[in-house]
Amino acid sequence: MNVICQRCNQAKASVHITDTIPEKRERHLCEECAEKEGIIVKQQHHTTNEILQQFLKHKAAAVGPDAMCPKCGRTFREFQSKGLLGCPHDYEAFRKLLVPLIERAHEGASQHIGKFPVTADTAVQRQTGLLRLRRELQEALQAENYERAARVRDEIRVLESQ
Amino acid sequence: MTLSELTQTTGEWLRGEGPLNDVVVSSRIRLARNLAGFPFLSTAVESNRREIHRAVVEQVTASTLGKDELLIDLDEVGEVNQHLLVERHLISRQHAAGEGSRGVTVSPNETRAIMVNEEDHLRIQGLRCGMQLETIWNDVNEVDNVLSQNLPFAFDQQLGYLTACPTNVGTGIRVSVMLHLPGLRFTKEIEKVARAARDLRLAVRGLHGEGTEAVGDLYQVSNQTTLGKTETSIIETFSQTIIPRIVDYERAARDTLAKQHATRLDDKIWRAYGVLCGARRISTNETQTMLSPIRMGIHMGRFNKFDLKTLNELFLFTQPAHLQRVTGKALDENTRAAARADYLRSRLN
Repeated sequence: MNVICQRCNQAKASVHITDTIPEKRERHLCEECAEKEGIIVKQQHHTTNEILQQFLKHKAAAVGPDAMCPKCGRTFREFQSKGLLGCPHDYEAFRKLLVPLIERAHEGASQHIGKFPVTADTAVQRQTGLLRLRRELQEALQAENYERAARVRDEIRVLESQ
Repeated sequence: MTLSELTQTTGEWLRGEGPLNDVVVSSRIRLARNLAGFPFLSTAVESNRREIHRAVVEQVTASTLGKDELLIDLDEVGEVNQHLLVERHLISRQHAAGEGSRGVTVSPNETRAIMVNEEDHLRIQGLRCGMQLETIWNDVNEVDNVLSQNLPFAFDQQLGYLTACPTNVGTGIRVSVMLHLPGLRFTKEIEKVARAARDLRLAVRGLHGEGTEAVGDLYQVSNQTTLGKTETSIIETFSQTIIPRIVDYERAARDTLAKQHATRLDDKIWRAYGVLCGARRISTNETQTMLSPIRMGIHMGRFNKFDLKTLNELFLFTQPAHLQRVTGKALDENTRAAARADYLRSRLN
C-alpha cells in the first residue's frame, strides 16, 4: 500500500490507524507525524547482533586483548597465542575475558566447589563449603536420594549458623 | 634410595596387580599447584625457577613425606635417566625435554611423584597398578595438605587453584586410567567406546598421553573438566560408572573372541610369541604390539609360557632407556633394535 501522509502530505505513510470514537475513520500518517501527534514513540532499532557488538566493544575497551597484567607484563593477546598465562594475577587482570573461556572449557562452570588450601581463611572455607553442599543437595534431590539430601541439608544448616 | 635402584623392579604401574587388573593396567591422579607470589613458568626467569624448586624440595624433605624420598634434579641426571623416568611414568615427556631448574621427588615404592617446574610449579601425582583411585586420592590429598601448610598455593575463591593453563583451573585434578583393550580393538568396537567416552567429555589417548598412538592396545582415559565439580565426584564417576562399564565391554569382547574366533585368537597370541622368540631386530613399538595379545592370553588362560610378572618386565626393560640400563651399554637407535631382540631371546629361550 503506497499512501502519502494525510498530515504533511509529503512522506510515505507507514502508520495506519482506525479510529472508532467518535466515529469510524481511517488515518494514514508518516512516522514523524505520528510521533508528533503522540501516537507512537519512536524507538532506536538495534538488532541483537548490534547490541552484542556494542557490549563487546565496551568490554574490550575495559579489558581488551591488549590489556596487560601489571604484575608479569603478559598481555591477553599473548595468552591467546601461547595458551598459557604469565602469573596467578592474570586471572584477576583478565577475569572478564577469561571467565567465558573457562566456562566453555568446564561444561559451563565458573565456580570452584572442590577443596581449598588448609591455610585458606575460614570465610573462604565456609563459602566454598556451602557452594559444594548446595550442589550436593541438588544432586541428591535429582537422584531422589532423600536420605542423603536430608543429611546434606543438616550440614548446610550447621555451616550457615556459624 | 638411588636412581639406579629404580631399575631393579618394574615399578608400580606395571606391577600387574590391583582390582580389575585384567583390563586396568594402572590408575593415576595428579594435582596441579602453583606457589602464590611467583610467576607461572612461561614468564619465570631462571632465578624464580631455582627458588621454586628449592622451596618445594625443602618442604618435601622437612615434612613427614621426605624421609626416604628420592630427590632428582633433572638438569643433572642426563638424558638416559630422564627417559628412564618417563618410561616408569614418573615424569612426563615434556618434563624430560624441558629446560632450566626442574626436578621430581619420588617415593620409595614409586606410588608418588611430585614434578617440580613442569607446566605448573608442582604436579603432585599418585600412581598405582590396577584400579585404585580411592587409595591414590587419599595419598595425594594428604600430600597436598601437608605441603600447603608451608607452601602458599595460588588460590582464588571463585576459580579455585590457579594454574598456568585455564583448562586445569579449579581442582587442578587429572584422573587418568590406563586400560588394555585388545578385545575391543579386535572386534572393532574400540571407536564406539572412545566416542562414548568423548561424549562424556573425557580424553582418550595412547600410552604416553597427548598426541600419542595407542601402541600395544593401551589407552588412557582422563577427565577434562576440572572446575565446578568436587574431586571426589570426579573420581567416583570413573570408579563407579565409566571404568566398570568399559571393563565389562572389554570382557564381553574377549568372551566373544574365545567363543567365536578361538583359532584366530590363539593364532594371534602364539604368533606374537614366535616373533618375540625369533626376531633378530625389533623396535619398541613392535615389541609392545606383540606383547599385547600375550597379555590378553595370560589373563584368559590361553598362554602359559611365562607369567604376567615376566611380561611386564619385558614390556618395561625393552624400552630404550631401560634397555641401555639392563644391557649396561649406550645404544643408538640402530644398535638398539638388535640388542632388544637379543635381550628378548635371552629371556624367552
